[in-house]
Amino acid sequence: MALSKEGIAQRIAKEIKDGYYVNLGIGIPTLVANYIPSGINVVLQSENGLLGMGPFPYEGEEDADLINAGKQTITTLPGSVIFDSAMSFGMIRAQKIDLTILGAMEVSENGDIANWKIPGKMVKGMGGAMDLVASAKNIIVAMQHVNKAGESKLLPECSLPLTGVKCIKKIVTELAVLEVLPEGGFKLVERAPGVSVDFIRNATAGKLYADDNVPEMVID
Amino acid sequence: MYGAFFFGNLGAKHTIMINKVVADADVAIADITDGKTLMLGGFGLCGIPENCIKSLVKKGVKELTCISNNAGVDDFGIGLMLQGKQVKKMVASYVGENAEFERQLLSGELEVELIPQGTLATRCLAAGYGMPAIFTPAGVGTEVAEGKEVRNFKGKDYLMEYAFDADFAIVKAWKGDTAGNLIFRSTSRNFNPIMAMAGKITIAEVEELVEVGELDPDHIHTPGIYVHRIFQGKDYEKRIEQRTVRSKA
Repeated sequence: MALSKEGIAQRIAKEIKDGYYVNLGIGIPTLVANYIPSGINVVLQSENGLLGMGPFPYEGEEDADLINAGKQTITTLPGSVIFDSAMSFGMIRAQKIDLTILGAMEVSENGDIANWKIPGKMVKGMGGAMDLVASAKNIIVAMQHVNKAGESKLLPECSLPLTGVKCIKKIVTELAVLEVLPEGGFKLVERAPGVSVDFIRNATAGKLYADDNVPEMVID
Repeated sequence: MYGAFFFGNLGAKHTIMINKVVADADVAIADITDGKTLMLGGFGLCGIPENCIKSLVKKGVKELTCISNNAGVDDFGIGLMLQGKQVKKMVASYVGENAEFERQLLSGELEVELIPQGTLATRCLAAGYGMPAIFTPAGVGTEVAEGKEVRNFKGKDYLMEYAFDADFAIVKAWKGDTAGNLIFRSTSRNFNPIMAMAGKITIAEVEELVEVGELDPDHIHTPGIYVHRIFQGKDYEKRIEQRTVRSKA
């Protein structure tokens, strides 16, 4: 069965290791914070200038001066630190962030990503996405395998304007965990419970490589 | 000789007497005329210079180029200047919260340069640090790279991006003193300190204006040398874009 958005977030959370500094994008990536395994200490970065993002405030305790990159009211934690936008992207560019999780509209089989613009339709801007994908050493894309029209989002080449080139190495969708091979193509690493390799192959427009026995994801 | 100079001419005053205080936002922005390039601090609606934006709307200056991470929402922040068709060109990284912005952009009334957020921040930093350009990997291989010089360092490509050249920087701080030293609060810091460093003329509005000596020198984020005008702001709305809470239960 295909995973829910929460299921995708839950699977990605297993990639987080103790001591990681993590940047979570908007959408499914934000949900990952809810599934960080107990006993693992991580620091969440919000690129508007905060390390140590805490949970939403209690009702009545919202502070207009304290928001995350999604403009949501949040809290700090003991040990949190605030800094300006230049330092925030400085630590991103200098690869101090251990793991970056972000959404995508399309990913190509050579690791290109498109997630900021649909020409003539959606003009929102790239925000920090181009900086993150250009510098992060460890990026996981969290997205649906196919779009609302039923078309694959894992393509031979991106059709939308690119956010970054050859930067994505791992993708988690409702159907599968995939790795982008250095020579190009998606390698099927795990299947969602009960989802067949053929089903995943049909939903993947780019080249898909699968071994004979692709294990199912284990989600606690 | 140095000691004599210092104690003889400066030490005698015991206090920094430079005073950058102006009466209000109207006075602070009085010489901003049509066609100028402005930087405006803030991330979303957090930490935006509300007083100066209101005054710019009242003054009705036009043909402005605005450099700011976002473009406000329809009825607040830079959105108010867009409604008045005061902005000729917007330089920003994310404009998703503003329908009027999207309308003006798609209809061609508004010129827009969307740039990566880290590039925006670092181009401010470069201006404030006296560096003409920076090299960043953000945007390599994308449409952001069109027409830009690419340099390879240690096997990786970088775009050359120029320092901003803005006539005015307008920022909002939490506290400031009469000499223009600024302290920001929480994530309303964002672009404010780096834009404060980057303007040819920098205007700071503050929630609390204090006398020199009241701020701990170790706690000041922006040295007053970067700030030309400062005033006590008023009637801050501090709107919240996404009010997210958890229940105590």
